[in-house]
This record gives sequence, C-alpha cells and structure tokens, in this order.
Amino acid sequence: MGKSIVNKLTDSINEDLFEFQEYDEEEAKRGGYSNYSYWYSTWKVFIQNKLAVFLLILMSLLLIFTLIQPYLPNQKSPTEIHINQETRLPLSNNPPDSEFLFGTNTIGQDLWSRIWSGSRTSLLIGLVVGAWEAVIGITIGAMWGYIPWLDRPITEIYNVINNIPKTIILVLMTYIMKPSLYTMIIAMGLTSWIDMARFVRNLTVIIRDREYNLASKCLGTPTRRIITKNLLPYLVSVIMLSIALSIPQTIGYEVFLTYIGLGLPVSIPSLGNLINEGRLLMMAPAQRYQLIFPSIIISIITISFYMMGNVFSDAADPKNHV
Amino acid sequence: MIKYSIKRLLQSLFTLFIIVTIVFLLMRLLPEEGYFGASYDKLDEQQKEAILTSMGLRDPIHKQLGSFYKKLLEGDLGQSITFRPKVPVAEIIKDKIPYSLYFGLAAIGISLVAGVSLGIAMAMGKGKMWDKLGTGYVVFIRAVPAAVYFLFLQLYLTSVFKLPILFDIDKPISWILPTISMSLGGIASYAMWIRRYMVDELNKDYVKLARAKGLKGRKIMIKHVFRNAFVPMAQYLPATILFTIAGSIYIESLYSIPGMGGLLVEVIKRQDNTLVQALVLIYSSIGIVGLFLGDILMAIFDPRINLEKKGGAR
Repeated sequence: MGKSIVNKLTDSINEDLFEFQEYDEEEAKRGGYSNYSYWYSTWKVFIQNKLAVFLLILMSLLLIFTLIQPYLPNQKSPTEIHINQETRLPLSNNPPDSEFLFGTNTIGQDLWSRIWSGSRTSLLIGLVVGAWEAVIGITIGAMWGYIPWLDRPITEIYNVINNIPKTIILVLMTYIMKPSLYTMIIAMGLTSWIDMARFVRNLTVIIRDREYNLASKCLGTPTRRIITKNLLPYLVSVIMLSIALSIPQTIGYEVFLTYIGLGLPVSIPSLGNLINEGRLLMMAPAQRYQLIFPSIIISIITISFYMMGNVFSDAADPKNHV
Repeated sequence: MIKYSIKRLLQSLFTLFIIVTIVFLLMRLLPEEGYFGASYDKLDEQQKEAILTSMGLRDPIHKQLGSFYKKLLEGDLGQSITFRPKVPVAEIIKDKIPYSLYFGLAAIGISLVAGVSLGIAMAMGKGKMWDKLGTGYVVFIRAVPAAVYFLFLQLYLTSVFKLPILFDIDKPISWILPTISMSLGGIASYAMWIRRYMVDELNKDYVKLARAKGLKGRKIMIKHVFRNAFVPMAQYLPATILFTIAGSIYIESLYSIPGMGGLLVEVIKRQDNTLVQALVLIYSSIGIVGLFLGDILMAIFDPRINLEKKGGAR
C-alpha cells in the first residue's frame, strides 16, 4: 500500500513506504469480520425459551423478596413465639388468616416469615456450595488435565472418593462435626467438586490439543487469550449449570440431613427444618398446611433453578449459536 | 481378559484398603459418648478413661489399626453398643438385609422396564406429547427433594386407594406403595439417559445405513440404537443391584420397614459407634465391588473396548 513506487530493492526497507491503516468497519466487514459476541448470542438463545425467561423473572423477584422481606412493614420475626392475648398461651397451630398468612406452627411461630427466612438460609448454602464447587472443581480439573504427572495421583484420589457413596460421606461428616451452617457447607463442599473436576479434566484434555488451538498458538496468540476465548466459553455453560443445579441439590441434601436428624439446629429456620416439622403433623388434616406451604415453595425454587440451569447451559454452548 | 480382570481386582483391593484405613481413622474422630451406651451420665472422667483404655482406644493409632485389621480379616465387625447391646454386628445386619433386598430389587426391575420404555417412547416421538410429559416428570423427580414427594405420595395415595399407611409383612398390599415410590427416581434417570442417548445416536451413519436398507424405525431403535445405549448402563447395574442391600433411608423410615436403610439413621441417633463404623465399611466396600463388577461386565458386553490399552475400560 506504499504511495511511491519501489524502484530499487534497497528502497523496500525504507519505512516511509509503509503507513498505518485506520480501522474501517465497512472494509473489515468485507474481510470477514463478524460482530459475534458470546454473551449476546447466549442471551439471545436463552430468551427464545419463554418458560425459562418466565422462571428467571420469577426467581429474580423471589430472590429480591427473600432479601428485603425482613425490612418490609408488618413482618414478624421468624423465631418469635406469638402469644394468644386472651388465654396467655402460645398461639400454636393457628390456621392461615389475614394476620398470619401461612398460619403458625406448633409453638406459635409465624410460618410466613419462617418460610422466607428458611429460603434465605437454603439459597445461601446452595450458592456457597455452588461457587465452591465451581472454583475448586475447575482449578483441580484444569490441573488434572494440563499437568501430565498429576494425572495418575488425582485419578487415584478420584477413584477413592467416587467409590464411597456421597450420602455416606455427608452423613459421616455431619455426625463428626457439630450441627451448624458451616458443618453443612463443609460436608457438602467436600464431595461436590469431584464430578466437576472430572468433567473439566475431560474437557481440557479434549480441547487443549484441538487444531484451532494449535493454529492459534502458531499465530502467536498468548495463552491467556486462548484460555479466555477458546476454553472459557466451553466452561461458562458448565459453571452456570453447576451453580444452578447445586441449589436444588443442596436443598435436597439439606432436607435429607434434617430428616435423619443431622441437619441444622432447630433454632435456624431452613427449608429442611420446615419440611421436617410439617412431616410430624401430616396425619392431622387441619394442620397439614404446615407441610404443604413449605413443600410448594421448595418445589417452585428447585424446579425453577433446575430448568433455568439446563436452558442456560444449552444457550451457553457455542454450538447452539446461529 | 483374565489379565485385565486380575489387574482390575488388585486395583480394587488397593482402593478398598485405602478407604477402610481412611474410614477407620475418621471414626476415631467420632464423639466419644458413643462408646458408653446408657451408662454415660453415671460415669466420672476416670472411669470413662478406664473404659476407653480397656477398649484399646488409648493405644497409639497404628496399633489400633493393626488390631482392627486382624479382627476384620477374621470377619469380626465388633459388637453393638447402644442399639442392641452386646449383639454382634453381623447378626443385627443379617435380619435386616432381606427386606432391603426385596424392595430394592423390585424397584430396580420396575424402573428398568418402565424407565427404558418411557425413554424409548420419548426419543421416538421427540417434541410430541409423550416427550413433553416425560420431560416434565424427569424434571420434577430430579429437582424436587425426594422427601417431599414421598411424603405426599404416602399421604394422598394411601387415602385415595385405601392402602395401609405402614408396612406389614403379612399384608402384601402394604408392599405396593413403598416399591412404587422407590422406583420413581430410577425411572426418571433411566428414561432421561435412554432418551438423550437415542436422540444423539439417530444422526449417526449406522442408523442412516439401516434406514437406507429399508428397516423400520421401531426395529432400528430397538435392535441397533438401544443395544448401544445399554452398554454404558450395564456398567452401573452391578453397583445399583448391590446397593439395594443398603436400602432406602426415606422409604424404610416412612413406612417403618425394618430394613438396612433405617438402621444407619437409627444407630447415628443412638450414637452407636461400632455399628456406624461397620455400616460405613460395608457400604463403601459394596461401592468398590460394584464398580469392579461393572467394569468387567462392560468389557464383556462391548467388544470395542480394548483391554490391553492403558486405562482399560474407564
């Protein structure tokens, strides 16, 4: 693109012969430039699924509501025991009315605020365990896949942990430690990363030697860019899926541990505790609402996260982008 | 084949050794109240120390491990402390296994037949009614905690069909609901797996060839695609069958079935340390044996697996 004509060969090293070109969008388009944006395409595929969008809005509202619920007017404390003014006795098993939207439990605590407080606890556990799973799982999985001499030892460790049923490890850990929120998170986090690590390992092994990565490397692309542009898009869907699915999973484990008597202490309202309290009353039809309300909320939360996670993971897969 | 099996067996034994050792060491962290039974409150510190010493729990850890392995090799799992005091663990377990085995095997049978049929139906009518209904079912079962729908099934189905709420060995009608409830999860996972596999497989060349030969859709599905889909399932089948011994914790306690599932919960509540240890050991060994058998089974089923290659069937 030099302005002057090259007459002699020695002229060609003259820097004046070259000039920097300005970026021109029209020109670039002709050269095959595409304004493909990973996140925009993911979002576009995601919003095509109307049900998933509805669930996303529902869950966002629910999340905001559980966070601000204690600060709204006329909300009761989830652990306060309400007293009947006439009889001076606890207001136990009060059926749902305008004062107590979901009624009260056997010792006179407001079920409505207990359910939201419980959702808060359970969602917190789910998010922490999910984030933990993503961070540890991806780190170990990537090392497992990238560093050859680590392959054998980590595979052995994987075999050992994977051979023991997860619930047994969970039960054992909660039995050894004192019941608390941390116990719950540690016990679940201890095993949850293992599947993620294996998945990331397999993915890393498959992707790292693909031709396009080799080509990228030959063209001088820095490793950082290969990781963020070539590898990460594959992992994003996995990470999001694992966080979304860890919520129904941890809620399930929490209900299970509470059921066998190793859950959170009764003083902390959680969805597991609520189900367990409701279960004890289920044979009395008049008090069945104490099982039904928490069950409905649990089902809505778990199904929504499960479905959103699956739809999002499909949408985040670059193969599904047009 | 034999060379592979022996190699795999040695590997399993090594894993088993590690797990037993880890479990044993973890068990030393158990709350110490669990070694005294009902007399815990009456004893003073000195007496407690004396009892722990006499049980060998104050010995150095390698000595404890040694005597534990010696006993284990003689088949002695110890005696129950609080659950049924002084009764050997093996005897307690012996009475409970048949219940868990019956319900577990029945549930596997039902879930295999129903799950596989549902999966095939979903894959063949992709996007149609069966597929949508089936997907809804799978999502519900996999997302919602099992305790929740088990409770509602027990609550409403017993009143609608006039079934007994609790298990009674003499009334076969009371066996129906626990068996069905136990198979729900299995149906969902088999259906999901079969559907996903078949849908992926339908675009493969061998299916196109079979179609070009003029075979009917149904025949291709069952004779070609399903056989391939079944191979990876076979790997987990032995473990699933062996784990029926462990029983279902929810079902057995909801319907008060005197099986193994309720036992672990019960002994944890009563803090019976030797029983907890014995059960955890049994369950982990089942896992290893199951996986070993699964790998062998898969190697037999799938001629494509090259056993001499490094890594074997994994």
